[in-house]
Amino acid sequence: MTDRTIPVTEDELHAYVDRELPAERSGDVEAWLAAHPEDAERVQSWRAMAEALHERYDSVANEPVPQRLELERLERQPRRFIYGSIAAALIAFVAGGGVGWFARGEAAAPSQMQSFTEDALDAHRLYVVEVRHPVEVPGSERTHLQQWLTKRCGWDVRAPELASTGLKLVGGRLLPGPNGPASFLMYESSSGERFTIYTAKAAMKAAQMRTTTFDKDSAMFWADRGVGYVVSGGNDRERLAQVARAVYEQVEKNGG
Amino acid sequence: MSAFRQSVEAMIPALRRYARALARDADIADDLVQDTLVRALRSERLFLGGDVRSWLYTILTNLNKNRRRSLARRPQFMPLLDNNPDASGTEAEGRDIARALSTLVEEQRAVLLLVVLEGLSYREVADIQGVPIGTVMSRLARARAHVKASLDGERPALRRVK
Repeated sequence: MTDRTIPVTEDELHAYVDRELPAERSGDVEAWLAAHPEDAERVQSWRAMAEALHERYDSVANEPVPQRLELERLERQPRRFIYGSIAAALIAFVAGGGVGWFARGEAAAPSQMQSFTEDALDAHRLYVVEVRHPVEVPGSERTHLQQWLTKRCGWDVRAPELASTGLKLVGGRLLPGPNGPASFLMYESSSGERFTIYTAKAAMKAAQMRTTTFDKDSAMFWADRGVGYVVSGGNDRERLAQVARAVYEQVEKNGG
Repeated sequence: MSAFRQSVEAMIPALRRYARALARDADIADDLVQDTLVRALRSERLFLGGDVRSWLYTILTNLNKNRRRSLARRPQFMPLLDNNPDASGTEAEGRDIARALSTLVEEQRAVLLLVVLEGLSYREVADIQGVPIGTVMSRLARARAHVKASLDGERPALRRVK
């Protein structure tokens, strides 16, 4: 026990667990651990941590690789999808002033999502400035409004309850959408800021939110079960995100 | 398919695993992998031999760093729906480790994942991060201590807000 009493350092403990320790020192570490239960316990906890990480994430590596990551596909359309990514959307949303991510890269081939969101923003801009006739059916007739829009649109249209974000239902209207009718709901806060929710049939798979900003208005888009949703509001993006989140949660809860 | 392309392709599953743990959100993770692959393919001619695997991890790690830098000035907008809830009996446990990871600063999380999950050597991680090995080891030690504290039920430190 003369040479072997060279104290084992914390670095060596890590290296031991990660198999980075020179083989001739391993025996010393094992002896050290036998004599130092606290260190042994730490080493044990690091091993458990490694197991937990593998249990949690190895399944990802075993999933089939999504089509969009196939090399052949990426070579054919090298940059097409990149700007359509949620990451790009987030960066544009968070850092961008004015021009949203739609303006980047996809201008040459306007996507369905882009025109869809533009339709919604057009409707938003057209009606939020309307003082006397912003809607066809007022919010006081919520039940009727929902039944009517559901019947005309063909999916379950529900006006979310947004009191938690300080918004009250002004009412709604029916609009022509890209693939048939669209429903359009307007909300207002006590200070007069207005938000709209536009929904129409959309053959897109985009469960994650995307966002764009145009002029003084921003919009958040997502699609779920064949229906596209666009929540539009002013240029306070954090506020818009808050409202969109509330809408999203209720739509989710109600099963679409 | 060239040997280079084959080695890139073979790495996709592992890159997805690393990206998922690093970025937490499934869509963002696959976006990172996609950007990594596009860059790799485009730079094939610039790649002068060496270890494709380390090189891919380097690209992905840097892309994520840039992404986070862009986001750092505001609170992160979290995804509202996990599209791929991992169906397994250890879900609660898994969520704990994911939450513990999320409390780590970026460099520490990358070190922990590269070493523990991806099985890279300290030397490789040092090259990926462009730091001395000693820095890798201290990041690893801090990451483990922090995650352990978090898993042991100590209240995790508030998420870092820059």
